[in-house]
Amino acid sequence: MSTQPTTESLPWPAVAAISVVAVLISLALPYLLTPYYLGLVVKMMIFALFAMSFDLLIGYAGMASLGHAAYFGIAAYATGLLALRLEWNVWLALPASLLIAALTAALFGLLALRTRGSYFLMITLALAQVLWGIAFGWRSLTGGEDGLPDVPRPDLGLQWSLTGDTPFYYFVLFVVGVGALLLIRIVSSPFGYALRGIRESETRMLALGYNIWRYKFVAFVLAGTFAGLAGCLYAYLNRYVSPGYVHVVMSAEVLLMVVLGGAGTLFGPTIGAALFVLLENMISGYTERWLMLLGLVYVLVGMFAPNGLTGLARDFRKRRAGS
Amino acid sequence: MSALVVEAVSRNFGGVQALSNVSFTVEPGERRLIIGPNGAGKTTLFNMLSGAFAVSGGRIMLFDRNITHLPPYQRARMGLARTFQITNLFPHLTVLENVLLALQAMDDSAFSLHRRMRANDHLFRGASTLLESWGLAAIADQAAKDISYGEKRQVDVILGMAMRPKVLLLDEPTAGLSAAEVVRVVGMIRSLPRNVTILMIEHDMDVAFELADRITVLHQGRLIAEGDRDAIRNNPQVNEIYLGAE
Repeated sequence: MSTQPTTESLPWPAVAAISVVAVLISLALPYLLTPYYLGLVVKMMIFALFAMSFDLLIGYAGMASLGHAAYFGIAAYATGLLALRLEWNVWLALPASLLIAALTAALFGLLALRTRGSYFLMITLALAQVLWGIAFGWRSLTGGEDGLPDVPRPDLGLQWSLTGDTPFYYFVLFVVGVGALLLIRIVSSPFGYALRGIRESETRMLALGYNIWRYKFVAFVLAGTFAGLAGCLYAYLNRYVSPGYVHVVMSAEVLLMVVLGGAGTLFGPTIGAALFVLLENMISGYTERWLMLLGLVYVLVGMFAPNGLTGLARDFRKRRAGS
Repeated sequence: MSALVVEAVSRNFGGVQALSNVSFTVEPGERRLIIGPNGAGKTTLFNMLSGAFAVSGGRIMLFDRNITHLPPYQRARMGLARTFQITNLFPHLTVLENVLLALQAMDDSAFSLHRRMRANDHLFRGASTLLESWGLAAIADQAAKDISYGEKRQVDVILGMAMRPKVLLLDEPTAGLSAAEVVRVVGMIRSLPRNVTILMIEHDMDVAFELADRITVLHQGRLIAEGDRDAIRNNPQVNEIYLGAE
Protein backbone atom coordinates (compact mmCIF):
# COMPACT_ATOMS: atom_id res chain seq x y z
CA MET A 1 0.00 0.00 0.00
CA SER A 2 1.27 3.46 -0.77
CA THR A 3 1.94 5.49 2.29
CA GLN A 4 3.44 8.77 3.25
CA PRO A 5 5.86 9.74 5.96
CA THR A 6 4.10 12.15 8.25
CA THR A 7 7.18 14.29 8.71
CA GLU A 8 6.34 17.25 6.55
CA SER A 9 3.44 19.57 7.05
CA LEU A 10 2.80 23.15 6.08
CA PRO A 11 3.34 25.88 8.70
CA TRP A 12 0.12 26.88 10.41
CA PRO A 13 -0.26 30.36 8.87
CA ALA A 14 -0.26 28.72 5.43
CA VAL A 15 -2.82 26.17 6.60
CA ALA A 16 -4.99 28.93 8.07
CA ALA A 17 -4.75 31.04 4.90
CA ILE A 18 -5.60 28.11 2.64
CA SER A 19 -8.51 27.17 4.91
CA VAL A 20 -9.95 30.69 4.87
CA VAL A 21 -9.71 30.89 1.08
CA ALA A 22 -11.25 27.44 0.71
CA VAL A 23 -14.16 28.33 2.99
CA LEU A 24 -14.77 31.62 1.15
CA ILE A 25 -14.72 29.93 -2.25
CA SER A 26 -17.04 27.19 -0.96
CA LEU A 27 -19.51 29.76 0.31
CA ALA A 28 -19.40 31.76 -2.93
CA LEU A 29 -19.73 28.83 -5.34
CA PRO A 30 -23.55 28.98 -5.76
CA TYR A 31 -23.11 32.50 -7.13
CA LEU A 32 -20.30 31.49 -9.46
CA LEU A 33 -21.58 28.27 -10.99
CA THR A 34 -24.61 27.27 -13.02
CA PRO A 35 -27.02 24.91 -11.24
CA TYR A 36 -25.68 22.03 -13.33
CA TYR A 37 -22.09 22.48 -12.20
CA LEU A 38 -23.21 23.22 -8.65
CA GLY A 39 -24.89 19.80 -8.66
CA LEU A 40 -21.62 18.31 -9.86
CA VAL A 41 -19.76 19.95 -6.97
CA VAL A 42 -22.33 18.50 -4.53
CA LYS A 43 -21.65 15.06 -5.97
CA MET A 44 -17.89 15.65 -5.62
CA MET A 45 -18.28 16.60 -1.96
CA ILE A 46 -20.37 13.52 -1.19
CA PHE A 47 -17.88 11.21 -2.85
CA ALA A 48 -15.03 13.04 -1.15
CA LEU A 49 -16.58 12.14 2.22
CA PHE A 50 -17.12 8.55 1.05
CA ALA A 51 -13.50 8.33 -0.15
CA MET A 52 -12.13 9.86 3.06
CA SER A 53 -14.08 7.32 5.11
CA PHE A 54 -12.54 4.55 3.02
CA ASP A 55 -9.08 6.03 3.40
CA LEU A 56 -9.38 5.59 7.16
CA LEU A 57 -9.34 1.86 6.40
CA ILE A 58 -7.01 1.53 3.45
CA GLY A 59 -4.70 4.50 3.86
CA TYR A 60 -4.38 4.69 7.62
CA ALA A 61 -5.04 1.18 8.95
CA GLY A 62 -3.80 -0.58 5.80
CA MET A 63 -6.95 -2.67 5.41
CA ALA A 64 -7.95 -2.95 1.74
CA SER A 65 -11.66 -3.72 1.45
CA LEU A 66 -13.74 -4.27 -1.66
CA GLY A 67 -17.07 -3.89 0.08
CA HIS A 68 -17.13 -0.35 1.35
CA ALA A 69 -20.26 0.47 -0.69
CA ALA A 70 -22.19 -1.81 1.69
CA TYR A 71 -22.37 0.90 4.37
CA PHE A 72 -22.82 3.72 1.87
CA GLY A 73 -25.68 1.81 0.24
CA ILE A 74 -27.44 0.48 3.30
CA ALA A 75 -27.57 3.97 4.81
CA ALA A 76 -28.94 5.30 1.53
CA TYR A 77 -31.65 2.62 1.54
CA ALA A 78 -32.41 3.30 5.19
CA THR A 79 -32.76 7.02 4.47
CA GLY A 80 -35.07 6.34 1.54
CA LEU A 81 -37.21 3.73 3.29
CA LEU A 82 -37.54 5.63 6.56
CA ALA A 83 -38.65 8.73 4.67
CA LEU A 84 -40.96 6.98 2.19
CA ARG A 85 -42.50 4.20 4.28
CA LEU A 86 -42.40 5.56 7.83
CA GLU A 87 -42.32 9.25 6.94
CA TRP A 88 -39.66 9.93 9.53
CA ASN A 89 -38.17 13.41 9.38
CA VAL A 90 -34.47 13.97 8.77
CA TRP A 91 -33.64 14.46 12.46
CA LEU A 92 -34.73 10.86 13.12
CA ALA A 93 -33.98 9.28 9.77
CA LEU A 94 -30.39 10.49 9.46
CA PRO A 95 -29.17 9.22 12.89
CA ALA A 96 -31.12 5.99 12.39
CA SER A 97 -29.49 5.47 9.00
CA LEU A 98 -26.05 6.09 10.48
CA LEU A 99 -26.80 3.62 13.26
CA ILE A 100 -27.82 1.00 10.71
CA ALA A 101 -24.59 1.59 8.76
CA ALA A 102 -22.57 1.34 11.98
CA LEU A 103 -24.29 -1.88 13.07
CA THR A 104 -23.82 -3.42 9.63
CA ALA A 105 -20.14 -2.49 9.73
CA ALA A 106 -19.86 -3.96 13.24
CA LEU A 107 -21.43 -7.24 12.11
CA PHE A 108 -19.37 -7.46 8.91
CA GLY A 109 -16.28 -6.39 10.84
CA LEU A 110 -16.69 -9.25 13.30
CA LEU A 111 -16.63 -11.66 10.36
CA ALA A 112 -14.10 -9.99 8.09
CA LEU A 113 -11.52 -9.09 10.74
CA ARG A 114 -10.78 -12.74 11.28
CA THR A 115 -8.82 -12.48 8.02
CA ARG A 116 -6.29 -10.14 6.48
CA GLY A 117 -4.81 -9.23 3.12
CA SER A 118 -6.48 -10.68 0.05
CA TYR A 119 -8.80 -12.85 2.17
CA PHE A 120 -10.07 -9.70 3.84
CA LEU A 121 -10.62 -8.22 0.39
CA MET A 122 -12.64 -11.24 -0.72
CA ILE A 123 -14.79 -11.53 2.38
CA THR A 124 -15.67 -7.83 2.45
CA LEU A 125 -16.58 -8.14 -1.23
CA ALA A 126 -18.75 -11.20 -0.56
CA LEU A 127 -20.56 -9.61 2.40
CA ALA A 128 -21.32 -6.46 0.41
CA GLN A 129 -22.65 -8.53 -2.47
CA VAL A 130 -25.04 -10.24 -0.04
CA LEU A 131 -26.55 -6.81 0.59
CA TRP A 132 -26.65 -6.18 -3.13
CA GLY A 133 -28.52 -9.48 -3.58
CA ILE A 134 -31.07 -8.41 -0.98
CA ALA A 135 -31.46 -4.96 -2.53
CA PHE A 136 -31.92 -6.51 -5.95
CA GLY A 137 -34.14 -9.40 -4.94
CA TRP A 138 -36.43 -8.14 -2.20
CA ARG A 139 -38.70 -6.17 -4.54
CA SER A 140 -41.47 -5.49 -2.04
CA LEU A 141 -39.09 -3.67 0.29
CA THR A 142 -36.43 -2.16 -1.95
CA GLY A 143 -38.17 -1.93 -5.28
CA GLY A 144 -35.58 -4.33 -6.71
CA GLU A 145 -33.95 -3.19 -9.90
CA ASP A 146 -36.18 -0.12 -10.10
CA GLY A 147 -34.91 1.14 -6.79
CA LEU A 148 -36.64 3.64 -4.57
CA PRO A 149 -37.78 6.72 -6.48
CA ASP A 150 -39.06 9.99 -5.03
CA VAL A 151 -36.98 10.05 -1.86
CA PRO A 152 -37.85 13.49 -0.46
CA ARG A 153 -35.20 16.09 0.27
CA PRO A 154 -34.90 16.60 4.02
CA ASP A 155 -37.08 19.25 5.66
CA LEU A 156 -34.94 20.91 8.30
CA GLY A 157 -37.83 23.02 9.54
CA LEU A 158 -36.00 26.14 8.37
CA GLN A 159 -37.18 28.77 5.97
CA TRP A 160 -35.11 27.43 3.05
CA SER A 161 -36.43 24.40 1.27
CA LEU A 162 -33.68 21.95 0.37
CA THR A 163 -35.40 21.26 -2.94
CA GLY A 164 -33.59 24.36 -4.13
CA ASP A 165 -30.08 23.78 -5.50
CA THR A 166 -28.39 26.46 -3.44
CA PRO A 167 -29.83 25.52 -0.02
CA PHE A 168 -29.11 21.87 -0.69
CA TYR A 169 -25.54 22.75 -1.66
CA TYR A 170 -25.06 24.52 1.69
CA PHE A 171 -26.64 21.60 3.53
CA VAL A 172 -24.19 19.13 1.94
CA LEU A 173 -21.29 21.55 2.44
CA PHE A 174 -22.11 21.72 6.14
CA VAL A 175 -22.54 17.98 6.65
CA VAL A 176 -19.46 17.02 4.63
CA GLY A 177 -17.49 19.77 6.37
CA VAL A 178 -18.41 18.44 9.80
CA GLY A 179 -17.65 14.88 8.66
CA ALA A 180 -14.25 15.92 7.29
CA LEU A 181 -13.35 17.81 10.49
CA LEU A 182 -14.23 14.78 12.58
CA LEU A 183 -12.12 12.55 10.34
CA ILE A 184 -9.18 14.97 10.53
CA ARG A 185 -9.50 14.85 14.31
CA ILE A 186 -9.58 11.07 14.32
CA VAL A 187 -6.51 10.60 12.14
CA SER A 188 -4.47 13.03 14.23
CA SER A 189 -5.48 11.40 17.53
CA PRO A 190 -3.46 8.76 19.38
CA PHE A 191 -5.94 6.27 17.93
CA GLY A 192 -5.17 7.53 14.42
CA TYR A 193 -1.43 7.06 14.97
CA ALA A 194 -2.05 3.57 16.31
CA LEU A 195 -3.83 2.80 13.02
CA ARG A 196 -0.74 3.95 11.11
CA GLY A 197 1.33 1.68 13.34
CA ILE A 198 -0.93 -1.26 12.49
CA ARG A 199 -0.56 -0.47 8.80
CA GLU A 200 3.22 -0.45 9.13
CA SER A 201 3.75 -3.48 11.40
CA GLU A 202 1.12 -5.50 13.19
CA THR A 203 3.71 -7.71 14.92
CA ARG A 204 5.50 -4.71 16.38
CA MET A 205 2.21 -3.20 17.56
CA LEU A 206 1.34 -6.45 19.32
CA ALA A 207 4.78 -6.59 20.91
CA LEU A 208 4.29 -3.03 22.14
CA GLY A 209 1.08 -4.05 23.89
CA TYR A 210 -1.61 -2.85 21.49
CA ASN A 211 -4.76 -4.94 21.23
CA ILE A 212 -4.79 -4.42 17.49
CA TRP A 213 -8.09 -6.21 16.90
CA ARG A 214 -9.88 -3.57 18.95
CA TYR A 215 -8.30 -0.75 16.95
CA LYS A 216 -9.11 -2.38 13.63
CA PHE A 217 -12.69 -3.06 14.66
CA VAL A 218 -13.33 0.51 15.77
CA ALA A 219 -11.69 1.81 12.58
CA PHE A 220 -13.90 -0.48 10.51
CA VAL A 221 -17.09 0.68 12.25
CA LEU A 222 -16.08 4.36 12.04
CA ALA A 223 -15.26 4.04 8.34
CA GLY A 224 -18.62 2.35 7.76
CA THR A 225 -20.47 5.07 9.65
CA PHE A 226 -18.87 7.92 7.69
CA ALA A 227 -19.54 6.02 4.46
CA GLY A 228 -23.14 5.80 5.65
CA LEU A 229 -23.26 9.56 6.09
CA ALA A 230 -22.13 9.97 2.48
CA GLY A 231 -24.76 7.43 1.43
CA CYS A 232 -27.56 9.39 3.14
CA LEU A 233 -26.50 12.55 1.32
CA TYR A 234 -26.34 10.71 -1.99
CA ALA A 235 -29.91 9.43 -1.54
CA TYR A 236 -31.04 12.99 -0.85
CA LEU A 237 -29.11 14.36 -3.82
CA ASN A 238 -30.52 11.94 -6.37
CA ARG A 239 -33.85 11.52 -4.57
CA TYR A 240 -33.42 7.96 -5.56
CA VAL A 241 -31.73 4.77 -4.28
CA SER A 242 -30.86 1.78 -6.43
CA PRO A 243 -28.96 -1.51 -6.00
CA GLY A 244 -26.04 0.18 -7.75
CA TYR A 245 -25.32 2.03 -4.49
CA VAL A 246 -24.23 -1.20 -2.77
CA HIS A 247 -22.72 -2.85 -5.82
CA VAL A 248 -19.09 -3.92 -6.07
CA VAL A 249 -18.62 -1.37 -8.86
CA MET A 250 -19.34 1.36 -6.30
CA SER A 251 -16.84 -0.23 -3.89
CA ALA A 252 -14.24 -0.38 -6.66
CA GLU A 253 -14.90 3.23 -7.63
CA VAL A 254 -14.26 4.52 -4.13
CA LEU A 255 -11.10 2.42 -3.99
CA LEU A 256 -9.98 3.97 -7.26
CA MET A 257 -10.76 7.49 -6.03
CA VAL A 258 -8.49 6.94 -3.04
CA VAL A 259 -5.71 5.41 -5.12
CA LEU A 260 -6.02 8.13 -7.75
CA GLY A 261 -5.74 10.92 -5.20
CA GLY A 262 -3.26 9.21 -2.89
CA ALA A 263 -3.96 7.04 0.15
CA GLY A 264 -2.80 7.90 3.65
CA THR A 265 -3.86 11.54 3.66
CA LEU A 266 -7.40 12.87 3.78
CA PHE A 267 -6.61 15.46 1.11
CA GLY A 268 -5.69 12.82 -1.47
CA PRO A 269 -9.10 11.07 -1.55
CA THR A 270 -10.80 14.48 -1.81
CA ILE A 271 -8.80 15.28 -4.93
CA GLY A 272 -9.37 11.75 -6.24
CA ALA A 273 -13.13 11.98 -5.75
CA ALA A 274 -13.38 15.40 -7.38
CA LEU A 275 -11.31 14.32 -10.36
CA PHE A 276 -13.25 11.09 -10.71
CA VAL A 277 -16.61 12.85 -10.79
CA LEU A 278 -15.29 15.46 -13.21
CA LEU A 279 -13.76 12.88 -15.58
CA GLU A 280 -16.83 10.69 -15.48
CA ASN A 281 -18.97 13.67 -16.32
CA MET A 282 -16.79 14.97 -19.13
CA ILE A 283 -15.97 11.69 -20.78
CA SER A 284 -19.34 10.00 -20.52
CA GLY A 285 -20.79 12.95 -22.44
CA TYR A 286 -18.73 11.95 -25.48
CA THR A 287 -18.47 8.20 -25.35
CA GLU A 288 -20.10 5.11 -23.93
CA ARG A 289 -16.66 3.74 -23.15
CA TRP A 290 -16.10 5.78 -20.03
CA LEU A 291 -15.02 2.77 -17.98
CA MET A 292 -12.36 1.91 -20.55
CA LEU A 293 -10.88 5.37 -20.39
CA LEU A 294 -11.10 5.23 -16.61
CA GLY A 295 -9.08 2.01 -16.73
CA LEU A 296 -6.46 3.78 -18.83
CA VAL A 297 -6.23 6.63 -16.31
CA TYR A 298 -5.60 4.12 -13.55
CA VAL A 299 -2.96 2.27 -15.47
CA LEU A 300 -1.17 5.58 -16.01
CA VAL A 301 -1.51 6.56 -12.34
CA GLY A 302 -0.32 3.12 -11.28
CA MET A 303 2.73 3.37 -13.53
CA PHE A 304 3.75 6.98 -13.03
CA ALA A 305 2.20 8.04 -9.72
CA PRO A 306 1.92 4.97 -7.47
CA ASN A 307 1.34 7.27 -4.48
CA GLY A 308 -1.50 9.03 -6.25
CA LEU A 309 -1.61 12.56 -7.56
CA THR A 310 -0.93 14.15 -4.18
CA GLY A 311 2.06 11.81 -3.83
CA LEU A 312 3.30 12.96 -7.23
CA ALA A 313 2.99 16.61 -6.21
CA ARG A 314 4.85 15.92 -2.96
CA ASP A 315 7.70 14.09 -4.70
CA PHE A 316 7.98 16.96 -7.16
CA ARG A 317 8.18 19.48 -4.33
CA LYS A 318 10.76 17.39 -2.53
CA ARG A 319 12.92 17.04 -5.62
CA ARG A 320 12.88 20.79 -6.17
CA ALA A 321 13.77 21.40 -2.56
CA GLY A 322 16.55 18.82 -2.80
CA SER A 323 18.24 20.10 -5.95
CA MET B 1 10.23 -15.06 42.82
CA SER B 2 11.88 -15.70 39.47
CA ALA B 3 11.47 -13.27 36.60
CA LEU B 4 10.85 -15.97 34.07
CA VAL B 5 10.30 -19.70 34.36
CA VAL B 6 10.25 -21.87 31.26
CA GLU B 7 8.96 -25.37 32.02
CA ALA B 8 9.29 -28.24 29.57
CA VAL B 9 8.41 -26.04 26.60
CA SER B 10 8.16 -27.76 23.22
CA ARG B 11 7.21 -26.71 19.75
CA ASN B 12 6.68 -28.73 16.57
CA PHE B 13 6.32 -27.34 13.09
CA GLY B 14 4.55 -30.18 11.29
CA GLY B 15 6.85 -33.11 11.96
CA VAL B 16 9.85 -30.99 12.85
CA GLN B 17 10.62 -30.67 16.53
CA ALA B 18 11.94 -27.09 16.71
CA LEU B 19 12.16 -27.15 20.51
CA SER B 20 11.82 -30.13 22.79
CA ASN B 21 11.36 -30.05 26.50
CA VAL B 22 13.31 -26.88 27.26
CA SER B 23 13.32 -25.74 30.90
CA PHE B 24 15.20 -22.91 32.57
CA THR B 25 14.73 -20.14 35.11
CA VAL B 26 15.87 -16.52 34.93
CA GLU B 27 16.22 -14.47 38.10
CA PRO B 28 15.24 -10.78 38.33
CA GLY B 29 17.96 -8.44 37.05
CA GLU B 30 19.88 -11.24 35.42
CA ARG B 31 21.55 -10.95 32.02
CA ARG B 32 20.87 -14.30 30.40
CA LEU B 33 22.43 -15.01 27.04
CA ILE B 34 20.95 -17.65 24.76
CA ILE B 35 23.47 -19.07 22.34
CA GLY B 36 23.50 -21.94 19.89
CA PRO B 37 24.16 -22.68 16.22
CA ASN B 38 21.69 -21.84 13.44
CA GLY B 39 18.48 -23.81 13.77
CA ALA B 40 18.97 -24.39 17.50
CA GLY B 41 15.51 -22.96 18.19
CA LYS B 42 16.54 -19.64 19.76
CA THR B 43 14.16 -17.39 17.87
CA THR B 44 11.39 -19.99 18.16
CA LEU B 45 11.87 -19.83 21.92
CA PHE B 46 11.57 -16.03 21.84
CA ASN B 47 8.45 -16.21 19.69
CA MET B 48 6.85 -18.45 22.29
CA LEU B 49 7.94 -16.28 25.19
CA SER B 50 6.48 -13.19 23.51
CA GLY B 51 3.36 -15.04 22.41
CA ALA B 52 3.87 -14.77 18.65
CA PHE B 53 3.72 -18.60 18.47
CA ALA B 54 1.69 -20.95 20.66
CA VAL B 55 3.58 -23.62 22.56
CA SER B 56 3.01 -27.26 21.63
CA GLY B 57 3.59 -28.20 25.25
CA GLY B 58 4.93 -26.82 28.50
CA ARG B 59 4.39 -23.72 30.59
CA ILE B 60 5.78 -20.17 30.77
CA MET B 61 5.63 -18.13 34.00
CA LEU B 62 6.38 -14.39 34.19
CA PHE B 63 6.90 -13.30 37.79
CA ASP B 64 4.84 -16.28 39.01
CA ARG B 65 1.97 -15.62 36.62
CA ASN B 66 1.16 -18.19 33.99
CA ILE B 67 1.36 -16.44 30.62
CA THR B 68 1.49 -19.58 28.45
CA HIS B 69 -1.78 -18.87 26.69
CA LEU B 70 -1.97 -15.07 26.84
CA PRO B 71 -1.94 -13.06 23.58
CA PRO B 72 1.23 -11.04 22.86
CA TYR B 73 -0.25 -7.65 23.74
CA GLN B 74 -1.27 -8.83 27.22
CA ARG B 75 2.22 -10.18 27.89
CA ALA B 76 3.58 -6.80 26.76
CA ARG B 77 1.25 -5.05 29.21
CA MET B 78 2.62 -7.28 31.99
CA GLY B 79 6.10 -5.98 31.33
CA LEU B 80 7.51 -8.32 28.71
CA ALA B 81 9.12 -6.47 25.82
CA ARG B 82 10.89 -7.85 22.78
CA THR B 83 13.00 -6.70 19.88
CA PHE B 84 13.20 -8.41 16.53
CA GLN B 85 15.98 -10.26 14.77
CA ILE B 86 14.80 -8.80 11.47
CA THR B 87 14.36 -5.07 12.08
CA ASN B 88 10.68 -4.39 12.67
CA LEU B 89 9.99 -0.67 12.85
CA PHE B 90 7.23 1.53 11.44
CA PRO B 91 9.13 2.47 8.26
CA HIS B 92 7.01 5.36 7.02
CA LEU B 93 6.72 7.04 10.41
CA THR B 94 9.47 9.22 11.82
CA VAL B 95 11.85 7.86 14.44
CA LEU B 96 10.18 10.12 17.00
CA GLU B 97 6.75 8.78 16.05
CA ASN B 98 8.08 5.24 16.36
CA VAL B 99 9.12 5.94 19.94
CA LEU B 100 5.87 7.81 20.61
CA LEU B 101 3.83 4.77 19.59
CA ALA B 102 5.88 2.67 21.99
CA LEU B 103 5.33 5.12 24.85
CA GLN B 104 1.67 5.64 23.99
CA ALA B 105 0.88 1.91 24.21
CA MET B 106 1.00 2.02 27.99
CA ASP B 107 -0.55 5.48 28.28
CA ASP B 108 -4.19 6.15 29.15
CA SER B 109 -4.57 8.17 25.98
CA ALA B 110 -3.78 5.24 23.65
CA PHE B 111 -7.38 4.70 22.61
CA SER B 112 -8.38 8.35 22.55
CA LEU B 113 -10.09 9.49 19.37
CA HIS B 114 -10.61 13.15 20.08
CA ARG B 115 -7.34 14.28 21.62
CA ARG B 116 -4.57 15.34 19.28
CA MET B 117 -1.62 13.00 19.42
CA ARG B 118 0.77 15.88 19.00
CA ALA B 119 -0.78 17.59 22.02
CA ASN B 120 0.40 14.77 24.27
CA ASP B 121 3.25 16.79 25.69
CA HIS B 122 4.39 14.32 28.31
CA LEU B 123 4.80 11.60 25.68
CA PHE B 124 6.58 13.96 23.32
CA ARG B 125 9.00 15.02 26.01
CA GLY B 126 9.53 11.40 27.00
CA ALA B 127 10.24 10.33 23.43
CA SER B 128 12.61 13.24 22.77
CA THR B 129 14.46 12.63 26.03
CA LEU B 130 14.82 8.96 25.26
CA LEU B 131 16.27 9.64 21.80
CA GLU B 132 18.58 12.32 23.20
CA SER B 133 19.89 10.06 25.93
CA TRP B 134 20.84 7.48 23.32
CA GLY B 135 22.42 10.12 21.10
CA LEU B 136 19.85 9.75 18.35
CA ALA B 137 18.16 13.16 18.60
CA ALA B 138 19.57 14.13 15.20
CA ILE B 139 17.50 11.51 13.37
CA ALA B 140 14.27 12.05 15.32
CA ASP B 141 12.43 13.58 12.37
CA GLN B 142 13.65 11.20 9.68
CA ALA B 143 11.40 8.43 8.42
CA ALA B 144 12.50 5.14 9.98
CA LYS B 145 13.03 3.65 6.51
CA ASP B 146 15.63 6.29 5.70
CA ILE B 147 18.02 5.84 8.66
CA SER B 148 21.09 3.59 8.55
CA TYR B 149 20.90 -0.09 9.42
CA GLY B 150 22.90 0.44 12.60
CA GLU B 151 20.53 3.20 13.68
CA LYS B 152 17.55 0.95 12.95
CA ARG B 153 18.96 -1.71 15.27
CA GLN B 154 19.38 0.89 17.99
CA VAL B 155 15.85 2.25 17.52
CA ASP B 156 14.59 -1.33 17.72
CA VAL B 157 16.15 -1.66 21.19
CA ILE B 158 14.87 1.77 22.20
CA LEU B 159 11.30 0.77 21.29
CA GLY B 160 11.67 -2.16 23.68
CA MET B 161 13.12 0.05 26.41
CA ALA B 162 10.42 2.71 25.92
CA MET B 163 7.91 0.20 27.27
CA ARG B 164 9.71 0.26 30.63
CA PRO B 165 9.72 -3.52 30.64
CA LYS B 166 10.48 -5.80 33.54
CA VAL B 167 11.81 -8.42 31.15
CA LEU B 168 13.40 -7.49 27.84
CA LEU B 169 13.97 -10.05 25.09
CA LEU B 170 16.70 -8.98 22.69
CA ASP B 171 16.92 -11.04 19.52
CA GLU B 172 20.44 -10.64 18.10
CA PRO B 173 20.60 -6.87 18.49
CA THR B 174 24.11 -6.77 17.01
CA ALA B 175 23.40 -8.89 13.92
CA GLY B 176 24.90 -7.40 10.80
CA LEU B 177 26.47 -4.40 12.53
CA SER B 178 29.96 -3.04 11.92
CA ALA B 179 32.52 -3.47 14.70
CA ALA B 180 32.08 0.14 15.82
CA GLU B 181 28.32 -0.22 15.87
CA VAL B 182 28.56 -3.44 17.88
CA VAL B 183 30.53 -1.56 20.53
CA ARG B 184 27.85 1.10 20.60
CA VAL B 185 24.92 -1.32 20.93
CA VAL B 186 26.72 -3.44 23.53
CA GLY B 187 27.39 -0.27 25.51
CA MET B 188 23.74 0.57 25.24
CA ILE B 189 22.66 -2.82 26.58
CA ARG B 190 25.29 -2.67 29.30
CA SER B 191 23.91 0.64 30.51
CA LEU B 192 20.35 -0.65 30.90
CA PRO B 193 19.25 -0.51 34.53
CA ARG B 194 19.52 -3.65 36.63
CA ASN B 195 15.81 -3.66 37.44
CA VAL B 196 15.31 -4.88 33.88
CA THR B 197 15.85 -8.58 33.37
CA ILE B 198 17.41 -9.30 29.99
CA LEU B 199 17.29 -12.37 27.82
CA MET B 200 19.40 -11.99 24.75
CA ILE B 201 20.14 -14.16 21.76
CA GLU B 202 23.63 -13.61 20.43
CA HIS B 203 25.77 -15.14 17.71
CA ASP B 204 28.97 -13.36 18.54
CA MET B 205 30.69 -15.31 21.37
CA ASP B 206 32.78 -12.33 22.49
CA VAL B 207 29.64 -10.23 22.90
CA ALA B 208 27.82 -13.05 24.63
CA PHE B 209 30.57 -13.69 27.15
CA GLU B 210 31.01 -9.99 27.74
CA LEU B 211 27.38 -9.35 28.70
CA ALA B 212 26.27 -12.60 30.29
CA ASP B 213 25.64 -13.41 33.92
CA ARG B 214 24.56 -16.86 32.85
CA ILE B 215 24.43 -18.57 29.49
CA THR B 216 21.96 -21.11 28.13
CA VAL B 217 23.07 -23.19 25.16
CA LEU B 218 20.53 -24.62 22.73
CA HIS B 219 21.38 -27.17 20.07
CA GLN B 220 18.90 -28.81 17.69
CA GLY B 221 15.97 -27.77 19.83
CA ARG B 222 17.39 -29.07 23.09
CA LEU B 223 18.94 -27.30 26.04
CA ILE B 224 22.37 -28.86 26.30
CA ALA B 225 24.14 -26.65 28.80
CA GLU B 226 23.55 -23.86 31.25
CA GLY B 227 25.88 -22.06 33.62
CA ASP B 228 28.07 -19.04 34.20
CA ARG B 229 30.70 -17.93 31.71
CA ASP B 230 33.47 -20.18 32.93
CA ALA B 231 31.27 -23.23 33.11
CA ILE B 232 30.13 -22.72 29.51
CA ARG B 233 33.63 -21.88 28.29
CA ASN B 234 34.96 -25.10 29.76
CA ASN B 235 32.01 -27.28 28.79
CA PRO B 236 33.31 -29.97 26.40
CA GLN B 237 29.96 -30.48 24.68
CA VAL B 238 29.63 -26.76 23.92
CA ASN B 239 33.15 -26.67 22.58
CA GLU B 240 32.42 -29.62 20.38
CA ILE B 241 29.35 -27.95 18.88
CA TYR B 242 31.11 -24.68 18.24
CA LEU B 243 34.48 -25.97 17.16
CA GLY B 244 33.32 -29.27 15.70
CA ALA B 245 36.44 -30.82 17.23
CA GLU B 246 37.02 -33.86 19.35
